[in-house]
Amino acid sequence: MATIHIDGRAYEAEAGENLLQTCLNLGLDLPYFCWHPAMGSIGACRQCAVVQFQNAEDQRGRIVMGCMTPVTEGAIFSLAGDKAQQFRQNIVESLMLNHPHDCPVCAEGGECHLQDMTVMVGHRDRHYRGRKNTHRNQYLGPLINHEMNRCITCYRCTRYYNDYAGGTDLAALASRDHVYFGRHQEGVLQSEFAGNLVEVCPTGVFTDKVLVHDYTRKWDLQSAPSVCVGCAVGCNTMPGERYGKLKRVHNRFNAEVNGYFLCDRGRFGAGFVNSKKNLLYPGLRQPEGTYDALDHHQALLHMQQACTTGKVAGIGSPRASVEANFLLRSLVGAENFSPGFSAHEQPLVMEVLQLQQHTAAVIPDIATIESADAVLILGEDVTNTAPRIALALRQSVRNKALAMAADMGLQPWQDAAIRNLAQDQRNPLYIASVADTPLDDVAEVAISLAPNEIARLGNAVARNIAGEVNELPDEPLRPQVEAIVTMLMSAQRPLIISGTGCGTGTVTAAAAQLANALCAEGKRAMLCLVVPEANSLGQAMLCDADAPDLDQLQHRATSGEFETLMVLENDLYRRGPRFQIDALLAAFNQVLVLDGMDNPTTSLATLALPAANFAESEGTIVSLEGRAQRYYPLFKPPAERRPSWVWLLACLKELTHKDVEALHHFDDITRACANAIPALSGITAAAPDHHFRNLGQKIPRQTHRNSGRTAIGANVSVHEPKQAVDEESPLAYSMEGLNRAPPGALLPFVWAPGWNSNQSLHRFQGEVGGPLKGGTAGVRMLLSGTPSPGVSNYPEKGEPPFLDMPQGLWLLVPRQQIFGSEELSALSPGLCELVEDAYIEICAADAKSLGVSAGDGIVVGDSLATLEVRINDDVAQSCAGFSVGLKGAENLEALHAVSLRPADNWRRRAPTPGSEEVIGSDRALNSEARTRGRARQRPARPQGTVPEGPHV
Amino acid sequence: MSELIPVCTDEQLSETELAAIDAEIAHVPYRASVAIDALKIVQAQRGWVSDDALQAIARHLKMSAEELDGIATFYNLIFRRPVGDKVILLCDSISCWIKGCDGLTQGVTDLLGVGPGETTPDKAYTLLPITCLGACDKAPVMMVGEELYENVDEQTLHALFGKGQA
Repeated sequence: MATIHIDGRAYEAEAGENLLQTCLNLGLDLPYFCWHPAMGSIGACRQCAVVQFQNAEDQRGRIVMGCMTPVTEGAIFSLAGDKAQQFRQNIVESLMLNHPHDCPVCAEGGECHLQDMTVMVGHRDRHYRGRKNTHRNQYLGPLINHEMNRCITCYRCTRYYNDYAGGTDLAALASRDHVYFGRHQEGVLQSEFAGNLVEVCPTGVFTDKVLVHDYTRKWDLQSAPSVCVGCAVGCNTMPGERYGKLKRVHNRFNAEVNGYFLCDRGRFGAGFVNSKKNLLYPGLRQPEGTYDALDHHQALLHMQQACTTGKVAGIGSPRASVEANFLLRSLVGAENFSPGFSAHEQPLVMEVLQLQQHTAAVIPDIATIESADAVLILGEDVTNTAPRIALALRQSVRNKALAMAADMGLQPWQDAAIRNLAQDQRNPLYIASVADTPLDDVAEVAISLAPNEIARLGNAVARNIAGEVNELPDEPLRPQVEAIVTMLMSAQRPLIISGTGCGTGTVTAAAAQLANALCAEGKRAMLCLVVPEANSLGQAMLCDADAPDLDQLQHRATSGEFETLMVLENDLYRRGPRFQIDALLAAFNQVLVLDGMDNPTTSLATLALPAANFAESEGTIVSLEGRAQRYYPLFKPPAERRPSWVWLLACLKELTHKDVEALHHFDDITRACANAIPALSGITAAAPDHHFRNLGQKIPRQTHRNSGRTAIGANVSVHEPKQAVDEESPLAYSMEGLNRAPPGALLPFVWAPGWNSNQSLHRFQGEVGGPLKGGTAGVRMLLSGTPSPGVSNYPEKGEPPFLDMPQGLWLLVPRQQIFGSEELSALSPGLCELVEDAYIEICAADAKSLGVSAGDGIVVGDSLATLEVRINDDVAQSCAGFSVGLKGAENLEALHAVSLRPADNWRRRAPTPGSEEVIGSDRALNSEARTRGRARQRPARPQGTVPEGPHV
Repeated sequence: MSELIPVCTDEQLSETELAAIDAEIAHVPYRASVAIDALKIVQAQRGWVSDDALQAIARHLKMSAEELDGIATFYNLIFRRPVGDKVILLCDSISCWIKGCDGLTQGVTDLLGVGPGETTPDKAYTLLPITCLGACDKAPVMMVGEELYENVDEQTLHALFGKGQA
């Protein structure tokens, strides 16, 4: 610590910290633009100018930039001095030369950092009377709006987009008064994290296009703390609502999970909440196939009847909350409850949980992933399955740069200097996957292998590290094995990433074995295993390892055991080929489906019950690191929509089920679940219960100046409506209450006096960039680094053989898509435009032998699917990649051996439409830029045995 | 997104251009380091750098087109639009302004019929303002093609661009 003097007062401050950050920590208002807590200082905008005095005798002082000035013992500064204040006013005035006076029509207005800073410096009168620059805006895709005239050239966008997120298609163009931030040509921004520009830009250059087209100001939004349901990472979000519609999603800071940034699936993938396909009333299927709407009393009666006539089976869902799944499981009995994974996926997820419960390695959160100094990815395309992890990995490879900087005595916030110093020197990242991944550009080595070969590679490395004799002296992957061993053994904090993404448990087992081997060697190894859905891991924790899968349920139903099937928030047609699911549903006399939206499964239900989605209900979900987190309703669901837990609890009460007598509130279910399921015993700590009060008050979902409270429903009735009451949480559907340093799990929005933009976050943090004052949201339920006794000898599965496909057959390997592979986000406006057509990916040689070229059609297997061909020479040998979860590829299953033949009567898609808006991106060009440096390895294979297992 | 992918341009760099660029690459640690030289080489051959040419250079240097365009547009002597056979760079910096460069700009416009930033219909000349040619002691100055003209006046302009000259 050091003592510094600011305007005559002495403060204690961290020596070496920059002065701007220090001032913000001390609660002093010092304006800034280009500095960002996650991106450090470059001193570009000159806004945080202060006066520094040489010593106590120095009366004049000199102007220095706060963000570039380290705190030193005894330093004397002045923020309030006339010279500094005048300087800061002049800077804002100069920025205003070209900034349009369009705040009333700007989407940033009301939460604009530039507005806040302009008011903060006290600048009021403009002297410039000349013309303002005008720019042509670009079409940057369906998600982000571009309005270049508002730019103040702080360079935050390119620093974030290129330096932080690894994008290549946004640049500062031209110079001087003409600087322009945009693309070389119009087109969709290619980074999966482009949406953060909306929050990073201090003014309205990059705004949320979906919001812009259906706009509400921040102060009129009703917000709630929520958790992204787009993947298993569990990023914290703050969705905003007005008029019963979800308007936008902003990042909710969580120091251990998402930090300041979300991926585009998370930010733009929640629009499905407003879908026209939402179910509003319960529907009872009539003989002719139409549905009669019911009210909730009638629906409950039908539910009760269904549950009392014959035995009931239940299918839960990895996208539904722990509580809803728990209630359905209680309703039907554990032995009749299937977790709702596909039959293929269920053992994979179950095994991932076991591996994590029994590993000696650390199960890292995202912040810990960023600390890794060597990373090995086995089989998982994290950018597309758990995107936020990919952004963290892009930071982890920079630890070398930070170490180099520390050696030179550079502070870690000296961003430009450090990047200049390190150039392209990075920590090693080694990727073994079935085909190219978007992280290849920062990888030291990227290698394409079939799934089992990836497991083989992982096992060989584990054995080598464990000191076992290499059993395969002629191992063809030997050079790779040796390189990885060297990389991992010279690291202090090696990280192994794998997951269910490539469709086989051999890979995850190999990853766990490798992490354990590293721990046995005394390394502080980390093991991150990715699961597919928001609550996949929670579902695995809820169910026993022998819980029936969909196939078993079908067998039992066919044998006449069950009368009724109850499906919870699960479109079963995404869980297997159509004919299998048809057979499953046909095996039951009655099918009750609780879901939020019309989908193929609800369309077959005998009784469809409208279930509230994540924005309308509360729930706990467990992320891939075993973090239980709670999401809260943003608004009350309309009509007869109810949270699933309400439907199920009501039904259980109707049935006078003994377990639910004492259950009244959502919190009671959480507690009952925690008591009943040991693995989930921690979930009550995920967030405070509904009795919690923040200094005696509820926490408001609305800002102080939320407007129209009495008139918002005047088109329906002129009488002032009663405010909705939230009995299930400490949050209020109102502006009354106290949003001052609430617990992290209960932070609905950020605002502080003078700080209307999201930059007000620092007022909620204990230290700028550090954890929230109210504590970090969520509770970790996988205690890392504590292996159960006797599990180091994890049963080996035997070396998976090399892939040797017979002539004319290909192994189907899954290719995940950030936009499209996840069910609900793909239905969101804007984002849905980025969902591609389903495809099959083969290498050029295979395409040639089949006589097809890119864009042609190909029939997979015995007409399982007819898909467009893409040529990709990075697909592992003898493998064919298929787009997971996209329309048209539903019947394809990972790791099945299939034949391919050219499709007859295939109509190639029309080439680029001529619309002005759709001037193409130069994507081909960029993908080439991504793989700068080394090319992917695609090793030749030895003559192996024909593999066993599912694929032949 | 896929329908937004344009047909990739097949614009290629010529043998001469590639050889010259590769010769530069041999001297530097990163391919991207020769970006400016590569742009100059291509401009020397083609007079200006088109989008297609820029993309071809970017591919060769393994950069993104955005990165390279950021460099290309930063420098005012890398031309991203077609220019005439000769570029007239008329200095409008302080010394030249004091010595009456405004009149000279008007003079060129009168003689050639083009304003700043424009190219004559016969593609012979493009008129561009420039900030300082480094010869303030002989202001006003002007460059036409590779040639520097000092103490420019109406006569100089007439001699260069007058009827029968241009």
